[in-house]
Amino acid sequence: MSRGYLLSAPALALFVALLIVPLGLTLVLSFNLFDYEVGVKSDSYTLANYASLLSDSYFYEIFWRTFWISALVTLLCVVIGVPEAYILSRMGTPWRSIFLILILTPLLISVVVRAFGWSLLLGADGLINQAIAALGGRPLKMLYTPFAVILALVHVMLPFMIIPVWTSLQKLDPAAEQAAQSLGASQAKVMRMVVLPQIMPGVLSGTLIVFGLAASSFAIPGLLGGRRLKMVATVVYDQYLSELNWPMGATIAVALLLANLLIMLSWNRLVEGRYKKALGE
Amino acid sequence: MAFLELQALCKRYGPVQAVVATDLSVSQGEFVSLLGPSGCGKTTTLQMIAGFVDVTSGRIVLDGRDITHAKPSSRGLGVVFQSYALFPHMSVRDNVAFGLKMRKVSSSDIRTRVDQVLALVRLTAHAERYPRELSGGQRQRVALARALVIQPPVLLLDEPLSNLDASLREEMQFEIRRIQCEVGITTLMVTHDQAEALSISDRVVVMQAGQVTQIDEPYKLYEHPRTPFISGFVGKANLLPGEYDTLGQPQVLAQAGEGELMLSLRPEKIDLCNAGEGRIQGRIVTRYFLGSQWLYRLETVLGEITVVRRNDGSAPLGTGVAVGLDWPHELLRVLDREACA
Repeated sequence: MSRGYLLSAPALALFVALLIVPLGLTLVLSFNLFDYEVGVKSDSYTLANYASLLSDSYFYEIFWRTFWISALVTLLCVVIGVPEAYILSRMGTPWRSIFLILILTPLLISVVVRAFGWSLLLGADGLINQAIAALGGRPLKMLYTPFAVILALVHVMLPFMIIPVWTSLQKLDPAAEQAAQSLGASQAKVMRMVVLPQIMPGVLSGTLIVFGLAASSFAIPGLLGGRRLKMVATVVYDQYLSELNWPMGATIAVALLLANLLIMLSWNRLVEGRYKKALGE
Repeated sequence: MAFLELQALCKRYGPVQAVVATDLSVSQGEFVSLLGPSGCGKTTTLQMIAGFVDVTSGRIVLDGRDITHAKPSSRGLGVVFQSYALFPHMSVRDNVAFGLKMRKVSSSDIRTRVDQVLALVRLTAHAERYPRELSGGQRQRVALARALVIQPPVLLLDEPLSNLDASLREEMQFEIRRIQCEVGITTLMVTHDQAEALSISDRVVVMQAGQVTQIDEPYKLYEHPRTPFISGFVGKANLLPGEYDTLGQPQVLAQAGEGELMLSLRPEKIDLCNAGEGRIQGRIVTRYFLGSQWLYRLETVLGEITVVRRNDGSAPLGTGVAVGLDWPHELLRVLDREACA
């Protein structure tokens, strides 16, 4: 028992130093008073930051936008990622590894680089608009719209959906699908009644990861959403570095963390509740 | 009258002939086993009948209907898989009801039919459990019930007992036969276990390297194996060199040597008598106690010979004892050396 603690001590120390302490400091900061003349007053505490967060419709708008963009990204990742993972699991031996690596390679490239890539494509005189102009069409406004943010987020998040789904597909007995067929089920029914319910734990983990990462994403909304299309993380950044109002930034960050936690836990509970008994986990 | 008929059925995977021109006809209500070592094409044959593997050439006819290229879902056959392939996210009842739901049977009918078949496989008490809460033998019964409830014309069993431990396997063997008799369903079972095939089948089809080498009733198969392979694969056998005597009867050679015949003699058909008597002489090298039987290995001029004697309660012969070996010569079986390929 004590040996176990001893062995996990380095990881625990790292965890405390790099996560718990900063998180605690942020929480304390969010209750500090801010004065534009003198800056953060670390010896006086107030709830004013939270009050102004809750009373300002601007923040509601930002939080709501962050929520629907993240939810839509998650939905799109499910719609694209689940079939992709299924096809992947059905591939023959050389191709499966090749395509799995292909799906994972984007993770090796920095999100910032990929976001710039998208802005080159989607910009006012980007590749796509150049093509449209060459064909005689009117240029489209794509960059700095929710479309650009969602597109890039789906691109970045897809591996996080495919990997857990693929893992749970590995556990499936292929004979179960044959059994369903022999009992008269069409291919669509096999998918809906036999495959999908069994991979729900994977889909659930995928949605949690994707939603969590999308809701707290910074680089993509920052680069592709621009000054107008703010999401929560970019607002936090503004508060810290433009307004220099650290306590307000910390307050928004804490609120994002709590909202994220609340949504993910309820979602987890909702889905798991439906499948827990059947899947025995 | 053939109910299920395989006509010159072939399956080729690239250059590999998995199943070569297999002909088989099964009558209604018959229990036929496909027996052979792994890789002999028996499972491929079953999968072609079920529709999971495409047929390269040949025909499959079920009750006068050509189903060679029909989709698995439209064949309506009952299939029991080696892994059972139960749906882990459904209760026993839902597993069994699946096929009926696909057939759009009314829910009250589903209930009665599922209850009936669960009673048949003696799982009534476990209807609301999930597969992971069941033992191997119980899962096997669920798989059987799920296949039977749709009242298929043919039941296909793919190595149904290979995942069970020895004692349970024997019990389930008889259980499968009981259920099969009770329902009267035409059944095709794939197995690599000769004891399984012999004990519960009406007929056994022996396959080797993609080809059918013998189709017979279990007793005939055991007593009249056609090839050295079958005589060794189905039960134990002593392979002895032989020749035809002046009356045209096969006889074992008196001395070691290449005989013109290859003869098979079952270990339990050999009598042990006093040294100096009998047809040939031998010396006991080892003996094994099998409970109801003693198994002796003897050294003779013709090489090692295995003899099985019933345990009649008297003291067994010790190792090193010299004995004579005798057998009724009509129990010698001439094997087809050519067919051993």
